[in-house]
Amino acid sequence: MTTLVVFVEHSGGNARRGSLEALGAARAAGCDCIAVLTGADAAQAAQTLGNSGAAKAVVLTGPAEHSADAVASAMAEVVSAQGADGFMAASTHHGQDLAARVAAHLDSVLFSDCTGLTQEGDSLSVQRSWLAGKAIAQLTSAAPAFCCTTRLNVFEIFEGESSVEVSEHAISAEAKARVVSIEAKGETKLDVKEAPVVVSGGRGMKEAEHFALIEDLAAAFGDAAVGASRAVVDAGWRPHSEQVGQTGKVVAPQLYVAVGISGAIQHLAGMRTSGTIVAINKDADAPIFKVADYGIVGDAFEVVPALAEAVRAVKAEA
Amino acid sequence: MNIIACVKRVPTTDADVRFKADSSGLETDGLPYMISFYDEIALEQAVLTKEALGGEVTALTLGPASGSKELRECLAKGADKAVILTDDEWMSCDCRATAKRLAAAIGELDAKLVFMGRVATDRDNAAVGPMCATYLGWACVSGVIEMECGEDKGTAKVETEDGIETVEFSLPAIITCNKGLNTPRYAGLKGIMAAKKKPLEEQAPAAADGQAVLSTVSAPPARPEGRIVGTGAEAVPALIDALRNEAQVL
Repeated sequence: MTTLVVFVEHSGGNARRGSLEALGAARAAGCDCIAVLTGADAAQAAQTLGNSGAAKAVVLTGPAEHSADAVASAMAEVVSAQGADGFMAASTHHGQDLAARVAAHLDSVLFSDCTGLTQEGDSLSVQRSWLAGKAIAQLTSAAPAFCCTTRLNVFEIFEGESSVEVSEHAISAEAKARVVSIEAKGETKLDVKEAPVVVSGGRGMKEAEHFALIEDLAAAFGDAAVGASRAVVDAGWRPHSEQVGQTGKVVAPQLYVAVGISGAIQHLAGMRTSGTIVAINKDADAPIFKVADYGIVGDAFEVVPALAEAVRAVKAEA
Repeated sequence: MNIIACVKRVPTTDADVRFKADSSGLETDGLPYMISFYDEIALEQAVLTKEALGGEVTALTLGPASGSKELRECLAKGADKAVILTDDEWMSCDCRATAKRLAAAIGELDAKLVFMGRVATDRDNAAVGPMCATYLGWACVSGVIEMECGEDKGTAKVETEDGIETVEFSLPAIITCNKGLNTPRYAGLKGIMAAKKKPLEEQAPAAADGQAVLSTVSAPPARPEGRIVGTGAEAVPALIDALRNEAQVL
């Protein structure tokens, strides 16, 4: 049996969805999981992880918990101490950064942002995209340890009812870099990589101010994030953190709504693995319609408010 | 201070990618290349840091001998010298082997500060910077959008899913650069002329075996054919119906 140590991120004492998906991916591939957590409330977040597929949880403690290098070094120690076969994390900012460091400590290659994980015989095989989605590669590892990160919104969360054995491990390495402050963004603002629904706007919105319509449609869905095309980010209308595509973020929400986005190849690469794609564009020949499941040809300024109203009506019924 | 900017040759972001018939790799005949988008930001930050603190910038790449074209661009934009670790199999070099080979070269160059892109836009691993720093035992900050640096330490800001973190780091360090950190300069005629006289050295990379084993690489599966549900705001009820009853996402 393959055993993987899985980094579980949490906020307010609850494990984050992306981390639970990583546990689910490992379980679905037939692996046993040991969760590793760090930071305030980690012990609390660890308590319920048995229900999501972790047999054990290790909470890292010590003054260097705000240092990625010290934490990664402790995580690699946990992999060895537990006799595990590898390390996994969700491909969030911290998950990706720590996984790369842990992989180096284990002298192993890392497969980032995987969209598939299967066990074939004794070895794990991953599916991941190259060129932001223009190519799909299937790979196996000849490394001493198997290390990967999982794309958000791709894997199912494991649902069970088990207890979890929680232990502690001290962070002993000296910090070379440490987080000294965090300027939190609004609690309601979801990141485009994490959100189950993404509403993106492009140059068809004509002015930065008109993104109020995109924000309102996202608010109507409730659990949605605002995304943007490269053109509007380069124009300074939206921050880079919202950019979807090859020089931004690759996303795979359940529902992706593209408004006034023509669909440059770099943008399509970044969102084509979304569950359902809706395109709203004035130009019936826009390439975005080639990847969309449903399209409306029309003026965003008429369609988007009507759609927001209709979505609100549906949500009110539910 | 010796500063390094690591750059990678990647297919242009607008390139139409084709595959070998046996799914063993990309069809590279006629494939156009560029310096990876984020590596341009890394080079600019290296040059800005040299302008502020003094020292020398080396542009470092792992690639084919013909990759010197990208290094000449770096020299034209302010790098003082360039080193290419020549490897004709560069495209299949995995992130660990790349990190180990760069770490060895960085050690040889006696650098204190290394800039890399947050991610290369071909393999999308976002791993080489933190891996390389771990092999070197250095500090590393990933995905930097703002920074200040002195001779021995610096401060950098990174954007996470939750907000903006401020990170203090000690030197030597590897900084991976995100969009927003700076605006890369264009090479002027003077820079292009000067670049021709700057040293560009070819070296053999350190030995490092690959561990990633590629089974297949191919085009993503085509999405099922979609449909236009209608025109203008009148089409909204049909869209809502499709999202609720067909796609079941609402």
